[in-house]
Amino acid sequence: MSWVLDNLDLIGSLALEHLRQCLLPLVLGFVISIPLGWVAYRFRLTRGVILTIVGLLYTIPSLALFAILPTVFGVGFLSETNLVIALTVYAVAILARSVADALGSVDPEVRQAAVAIGYGPWRRFWGVEFPLAGPVVLAGLRVAAVSTVALATVGILIGVDNLGYLFTNGLQRRIVPEVLAGTLAVMLIALLVDVLLVLAGRALMPWTRRRRAARAPLERMALRAGGAV
Amino acid sequence: MNLFLDAFAWIFAPDRLAGSVPLPLAIGQHLAYTAVSVLVAGLIAVPLGWAIGHTGRGREVAVAISGAARAIPSFGLLVLLVLVFGVLHKPEAAVTSFVLLAIPSILAGAYTGFEAIDRRVIDAGRAMGMTEWQILWRIEVPLGLPLLIGGLRSAALQVVATVTIAAYVGLGGIGYYIIQGVPLRRFDQILGGALVVVAVALVLDGLFALLQHLVVPRGVAAGRAPELRTTSSRRRAAVESSTT
Repeated sequence: MSWVLDNLDLIGSLALEHLRQCLLPLVLGFVISIPLGWVAYRFRLTRGVILTIVGLLYTIPSLALFAILPTVFGVGFLSETNLVIALTVYAVAILARSVADALGSVDPEVRQAAVAIGYGPWRRFWGVEFPLAGPVVLAGLRVAAVSTVALATVGILIGVDNLGYLFTNGLQRRIVPEVLAGTLAVMLIALLVDVLLVLAGRALMPWTRRRRAARAPLERMALRAGGAV
Repeated sequence: MNLFLDAFAWIFAPDRLAGSVPLPLAIGQHLAYTAVSVLVAGLIAVPLGWAIGHTGRGREVAVAISGAARAIPSFGLLVLLVLVFGVLHKPEAAVTSFVLLAIPSILAGAYTGFEAIDRRVIDAGRAMGMTEWQILWRIEVPLGLPLLIGGLRSAALQVVATVTIAAYVGLGGIGYYIIQGVPLRRFDQILGGALVVVAVALVLDGLFALLQHLVVPRGVAAGRAPELRTTSSRRRAAVESSTT
């Protein structure tokens, strides 16, 4: 325990670094997944292709993805960009599917009503379909956020300093509290991000407060999201 | 693209069959760790998941566990157990961490498989005089099997990925080539090892996907197949709800 108390500064700065490295992939992944999920939802042909590809991407073990990305994108192997791209790939793999599922969950009669009152495709998507798909998208975003925070620790193996540093350093110096503190700090950050997402969801989608928000899709996703580490 | 050629040259070089860690041995180690861990996790999680699914008790706890488990950094858990077990018991420590990581997906697969079953089917079984034991083995287990295999599939993929990282603590497996290649700057070896890991993961995923199709009971598959092609799921749901 004394190790933790002596090194609170280190843990704090690594935690901030960790959080920073996770936020960019989540934002990027979310932005990429909206058009991708829409295309997967809208057309039968692209649905199969996109969902198969993101499914296969999700099966790639993280260490292998770190090794393959530099060759494909021409980034340095031991660089933060490599980690950010890899985490974005995994976030897209989770989110593209949940955006597609979410848009599919919108009541077709509401969609027809929007067309009937004269909503064009663009305004209908942003004003009607996307907000109504929100709860299911949020469920996917929560899964993506929590697994991104946990997954980022592997970045230490390609020389990117974050909370994973406490694992490799703790192993070399055989300090159990250091590794335990790192593990708990990661879980705490994951919990924090999850709570923030739920609060943001309540603020942005006040109508979900009354209805019990999409639970079934969240649990179905728990099954799928076991893949990558 | 040249790097990919180098990587393939590395994979198929005759040296891969010799040396301190021959490639077939590394692949064998990787698969053995995966198989043992998923098997042990299955022995724990399947009966537990079935009990939760059959009785409906303890469901909230199971949901909470599978949710929290996603936040556990697998690399951290692995290192933690290696330190706690002592360096002499590295394989035991590693397998324990793989088992702990595999349990939540299998548990979720087992109980969601039972929950997805139409209650009327189970009520019909009970009305015909089936015992609870018969309902479990003749209705719930066969109908829940595809989702259980799905849970085993995610668990196996997660373990394959974690075994790769476990090369860092000196466990062997295919990850050894990647970890060892980094300080040596042997990029053909790093990429070659990565491609082998990906191939193993994809083959395993494909086998589980195939198994998932094969275990669908014949009656279920026969009743479902034509509908899938002709109507959308929403219309099918509408038809189903209007007939009841």
